[in-house]
Amino acid sequence: MLLINCPFCKERNETEFVYGGPVGVDRPDPNAVADQEWVDFLTLVPNPTGPVFEKWWHARGCGEWFVICRDTVTHEILESPDEKS
Amino acid sequence: MQNYSFFSLARNALSSHKNWQAAWRSPPLKEEYDVIIIGAGGHGLATAYYLAKEFGITNVAVLERGWLGGGNVARNTVTVRSNYLRDQSIPFYVKSVSLYEGLTKELNFNMMHSKRTMVDVVHNYPKMRDLRRRQLTMDIYNSTYEQITVEKVRQLIPALTGGGPGSRLPIIGGMVHKDAGVNRHDAVAWGYARAADSLGVEMHQKTGVTALLRASNGDIQGVETNKGVVKAKKVVVAVSGHTTTLTETAGLKLPLRTMNLTAFVSEPIKPIVDVIVNCSDLGFYFSQSDKGELVIGGAPDSAQSFRRDIKQHVFEDTVGAMLELFPSFKKLKLLRQWGGHLDITPDASPIMDETSVPGLYVTAGWWGGYKAIPAGGLTMAHHVAKNMPHPLMEAFTCNRFKNLDYILETGTTTAR
Amino acid sequence: MKNHRRLESGGRVDRSKRLNFSFNGRQYYGFEGDTLASALIANGVKVIARSFKYHRPRGIIGSGIEDPASLVELLDENASGNNLATTVILKDGLKAKSINCWPSVNFDFGSIIQYFPKLVPAGFYYKTFMWPNWHLFEPSIRKAAGLANAPQVPPKKGHFESRNAHTDVLVIGSGPAGLAASLTVAKTGVKVFLVDQNSEPGGNLLSSKLFINKQPAIAWVDDMVSELAKMDNVTHMQNSTAWAYREHNLIIVNEREVDNSSIIERSWRVRAKKVVIATGAIERALVFANNDRPGVMLASAVQTFVNRYAVKVGDNLVFFTNNDSVYSYIDDLENAGINILAIIDSRKKIPDQCLSRAKKIKVMANSILKNVNGYKQVRSINVQSLDTGKFETISCDLVAHSGGWNPAVHLHSQSRGSLKFNEKIAAFVPNKSIQNSINIGACNGTFALAEIFKETNQLMSKLSGEVKSESREDNFEVDEQHYSIEPLWSTDLSDEKEKAFFDIQNDVTYDDIQLALLEGYSNVEHVKRYTTGGMGFDQGKTGNINIIGAIAEQQGVGLDSVGTTTFRSPFTPVSFGSINGVRQGSVVLPFRHTPVTKWNLEKGAFMYEAGARWRRPGYFPKKEEGFQEAVNRECETVRYGVGVYDGSPLGKFELKGKDVGVFLDLIYTNIMSSLKPGAGRYGLMLSDDGLIFDDGVAFRIDENRWFISTSSGHSDAINQHMKKVLTFDRPDWDVKITNTTNQWNNATICGPLARQLLEKLSTNIDIDNEAFPFMTFREGMVAEIPARVIRVSFTGELSFEINVAPRNMLKLWEKIIEVGNEFKILPVGSEASHVLRVEKGFLSLGHEVDGTVDAYDLGMGWLMSKKKIDYIGKRSVNLRRGEKSKGRRELVGLLPHNPNEAIPEGAPITPKGKKVGTEGFTTACVWSVVNKRWVGLGLIEDGHSRHGEEACIRMKDRIIRAEITKPIFHDPDGKLLRS
Repeated sequence: MLLINCPFCKERNETEFVYGGPVGVDRPDPNAVADQEWVDFLTLVPNPTGPVFEKWWHARGCGEWFVICRDTVTHEILESPDEKS
Repeated sequence: MQNYSFFSLARNALSSHKNWQAAWRSPPLKEEYDVIIIGAGGHGLATAYYLAKEFGITNVAVLERGWLGGGNVARNTVTVRSNYLRDQSIPFYVKSVSLYEGLTKELNFNMMHSKRTMVDVVHNYPKMRDLRRRQLTMDIYNSTYEQITVEKVRQLIPALTGGGPGSRLPIIGGMVHKDAGVNRHDAVAWGYARAADSLGVEMHQKTGVTALLRASNGDIQGVETNKGVVKAKKVVVAVSGHTTTLTETAGLKLPLRTMNLTAFVSEPIKPIVDVIVNCSDLGFYFSQSDKGELVIGGAPDSAQSFRRDIKQHVFEDTVGAMLELFPSFKKLKLLRQWGGHLDITPDASPIMDETSVPGLYVTAGWWGGYKAIPAGGLTMAHHVAKNMPHPLMEAFTCNRFKNLDYILETGTTTAR
Repeated sequence: MKNHRRLESGGRVDRSKRLNFSFNGRQYYGFEGDTLASALIANGVKVIARSFKYHRPRGIIGSGIEDPASLVELLDENASGNNLATTVILKDGLKAKSINCWPSVNFDFGSIIQYFPKLVPAGFYYKTFMWPNWHLFEPSIRKAAGLANAPQVPPKKGHFESRNAHTDVLVIGSGPAGLAASLTVAKTGVKVFLVDQNSEPGGNLLSSKLFINKQPAIAWVDDMVSELAKMDNVTHMQNSTAWAYREHNLIIVNEREVDNSSIIERSWRVRAKKVVIATGAIERALVFANNDRPGVMLASAVQTFVNRYAVKVGDNLVFFTNNDSVYSYIDDLENAGINILAIIDSRKKIPDQCLSRAKKIKVMANSILKNVNGYKQVRSINVQSLDTGKFETISCDLVAHSGGWNPAVHLHSQSRGSLKFNEKIAAFVPNKSIQNSINIGACNGTFALAEIFKETNQLMSKLSGEVKSESREDNFEVDEQHYSIEPLWSTDLSDEKEKAFFDIQNDVTYDDIQLALLEGYSNVEHVKRYTTGGMGFDQGKTGNINIIGAIAEQQGVGLDSVGTTTFRSPFTPVSFGSINGVRQGSVVLPFRHTPVTKWNLEKGAFMYEAGARWRRPGYFPKKEEGFQEAVNRECETVRYGVGVYDGSPLGKFELKGKDVGVFLDLIYTNIMSSLKPGAGRYGLMLSDDGLIFDDGVAFRIDENRWFISTSSGHSDAINQHMKKVLTFDRPDWDVKITNTTNQWNNATICGPLARQLLEKLSTNIDIDNEAFPFMTFREGMVAEIPARVIRVSFTGELSFEINVAPRNMLKLWEKIIEVGNEFKILPVGSEASHVLRVEKGFLSLGHEVDGTVDAYDLGMGWLMSKKKIDYIGKRSVNLRRGEKSKGRRELVGLLPHNPNEAIPEGAPITPKGKKVGTEGFTTACVWSVVNKRWVGLGLIEDGHSRHGEEACIRMKDRIIRAEITKPIFHDPDGKLLRS
């Protein structure tokens, strides 16, 4: 159970949050991209062994979405991906 | 291959078991092979075996970063079944179940495959309708699935004393899947490894692949390992959880996300349940091993993870649901728990295909892939050997995502 | 029976408090402060259990959680399967029995297997039982499975509890290091949690007779504990095992012997800023022939039983050691009247400090204990001098052995900290911590008390500096000796005929380990799995290290490169009840209710769980009425009169802001922004990969205010979805979303008489069809209650959805039923709603939408706006359809040729009814009250162009034939709902 630092409510247990997936590329203009690029946007997500930016929703709290950087190996939540643990 | 039987055991007993051969050799690593398989887990070993056995390709090396059989084949809940939803999936799993049933004799290694029967315990009508749909479709493929009454459910699972009328989770009925079984997971890995070895396949443990190597024309040409470069024109990646880490070294991105799934066992107790119990509404399932431990699987952690860790709240939910139906387990003790990582595709069905990198094959996206080991190995070997997919695997391509042609099997893992 | 092995004085048992208990049906007694093990020893009981494979007699080996063999089953009130006698706190009336034996522990039939050991080497089952078939063997092998019986019923009294705690520092272990650390940190004023698995604080000091600051160590413990007790910032719990170390410094603690007697066990989830692990060390066994015989014990256990429990374990003792620790026990044991016959020490050179303690005792250096004689108890031992090769037999009844000490690195390792092998103490010690934790004392490889205090002081002052600036220095003067060891992973057993055990519970012998290695199972994990070594109840706490050592020796490498097997939670077995805590019954997965739930129950509704945990009425059967009759009655009421249902669970959101119109255009497939105030539209929501996500309605209140309603099951997901889109994709848009699902309840009256009923209810809204047409809403009073009335229809009939505040919902509902009486109104359950929507061909997400179809397939292409350049899902739907519009599964109606034959929902449709891959399936089939026949809906390949053709529904052994039709069976033009 992670301890997640909600930017609005401070540190709360993971049980209050809903995971929203890793931050991938921004949604492209669907009328301006080729099929492949559109499909990549939908299906390819960063899957690193290490820091990843990800979306969380404070469902049982303030109801806001926000982004954290979390190490997928240690589960540490980092200020930035460069932060040494 | 040295024969295993009661007589060979008795004969070896006379020499105090000093004359057994090693189950597999430890040959020196060669510079080049016809096929390299990365990952000595269930799928990697099975692919190696069938390449040699069915297709005569024996110049094969299985490269394993850690120890043989140490992947998810070492950390699953050994449930083998074929109650899937889609036409693309059912025949594949039916084949896998039938291969499992003959595996002990084929590999001369006792997997202790036990057709234990799985009983789905159902609490709500939409779920029952969903399972009935599965049953009716499975009938076409001659896989067994049958609706049963609450009384029959309780008769098959005497320890199921919760879930009565008026309780929070009243049982409304169940489904019986007679083809389902359990077996010894380590034996599956070791049996395949030993049989493959005897056909000439080489096992190389502590040989971690750090990168996939491509020739100037883009084709795969081998791998870089901690023991140097090894060449091959065909490379199979069978490294559940770490697929993207490896394929990205060849510049190949795949629609996979790595997640953590956990399981746990109870203290060993005298037999109390003979069938595999599956409570999909509640997200847990279990069976009792021949050692007496209840082997219990639960819900996955939703977030990405490469840490084989236990999420306490997910675990507590699983235990809570279990005790609601099995209140007598309250004083039963947790003995050991563990996690494993697997990668999941957008539609929760696997990818078994040659990738856009010529010569690079991937078997990944397994979510409950233990049951698929024999069929997965056989069909991958077919694809590698014949340069064309086996009919049973045809749907599980990389390219299906190009057209967003999903084979949605969410909801078909044993739990959810 | 009397306590004939109890010492007359000493120990920490209260001789004035006598406790009666039974073991295997015989009555005994012990004292308060005893464990079941110490009480059994006091009564002279030697054989406690039988081992797993060979059914060999097992006695008590350790004195606590490390014991690998003394498993008992507890009966009656305290019923619980496998328990170590060494950890069962003795209670008056306790009943226990031996495990894994039949008919009795002293004569166990299963023990016959030990006479054929050659036929059952490690992994024998992998090589045999294959012919003719494993199925023939499994039943009898299965009978041998398991150890104890599981309790048959849940505990009759009491309950479990769980609590959360937050602390600055969590100290695990109240031995010398843990106590000293706790006090040092507590004095800085920060919150300290101190937990320890034993019944008393003091750790190893409870077993020894050391002096600290010239007073008995136990007095020092008392001082520390009472000082801690005075501090408000300290929570100190004994009988509390930290069993799991999770991510983000979450430690799970199992508390037993809780202060409140109605609580069986309590689970603590402790979140700590810093964790101080002070879990001590565990003595390890030596491997020699028959090292499992009752009377062969860990040396530290012998000392503990004598000093702490005042029981004399044996009369004539032989030590076998490879390290210094046994020498410090000599005085204590001799004082208790135990005759120490010899010390067999495998080391060539024994330190002088040891020899000086053993002046009057025969010390046999460079010697090996070869073999133990005796079956149910030790009779004598054979010792071999490695200098001369000569053997000697010594008669004795007790062998106390010590293979050295393993730091209890379990929690450190669970926290993902790394380990390294320390040659000096020949043990794995913590290397790097990954989380915010430190290891102190014996679990950090620091064994000597003086050094433990020094290290604790150092680390704690540093830690205090971290948590708060002030700290203090304590100096302790102790009399303990130095520790040294020369590892002996196994004695030379190459020509030994008797069994020597690495894992005493699972019966893993020296031969088993050698066989595994011979057969190429070379990794430590292979050896564990092939032999089952370390997989028992004790998870190899005393024996695993010897397996690692044996592998290292055989492979000629260091233990570092062999490595350990993974340390997994739990540290010691923990009951599932405690993990679950209080969550049971109605709170395990709480239902969601509406204000009408109670009314429904009182009216005898058949209630069940619908989506999102809503508890809803399925139908309202009259006495002796079946399902179908009740549903038909409700359906006919709606079609020909008026019915009412509770639509409160529908998801409801209010959206405000100048960009709501464009936002709705983005999330719905059709255009919402053109709606006039007061009007609304039905719409579909897709996910961006083009799958159907939800259907619902959107209404405009005024220029910048809207409300939408969604399906009940998806309302949370839609809330999440809308906010996600606004946060990440359209952060500049002015849209504020309020979830009003629980702020608006509604009663929907539907049927041709609905308008008359609404009139009768009295309302100030003009409900004439022209003034208040379909797909509009009005606000006003209904039955003197402020209401928002919406004209939507999910049944195909004229409907008014009357939305009111929850506090008025029951009042409204009862009024409707009362006034509706003259129209013969009936409440309508979900089952009738299902029939009514199938008759109309209305979509149900759970039935028709299975992840393969899009709006075009469902005949709802008109909802897919061509005008909008973008909405969520548009691109993907077009991409997926591509050029190939053939072969898609499309929604159709199914009329079975036999009007009285139902098609099972979910039944597959195959080409010509052959047993081949499906071309579709039946999504729903109901008895239509308007058509007086069964009607169905289905998805079938190219269905839109196959109306009039025959569909073959393939059942297991027959085919149901049906006509393919338009998916609508009632009022195809929609006149009624607009009436």
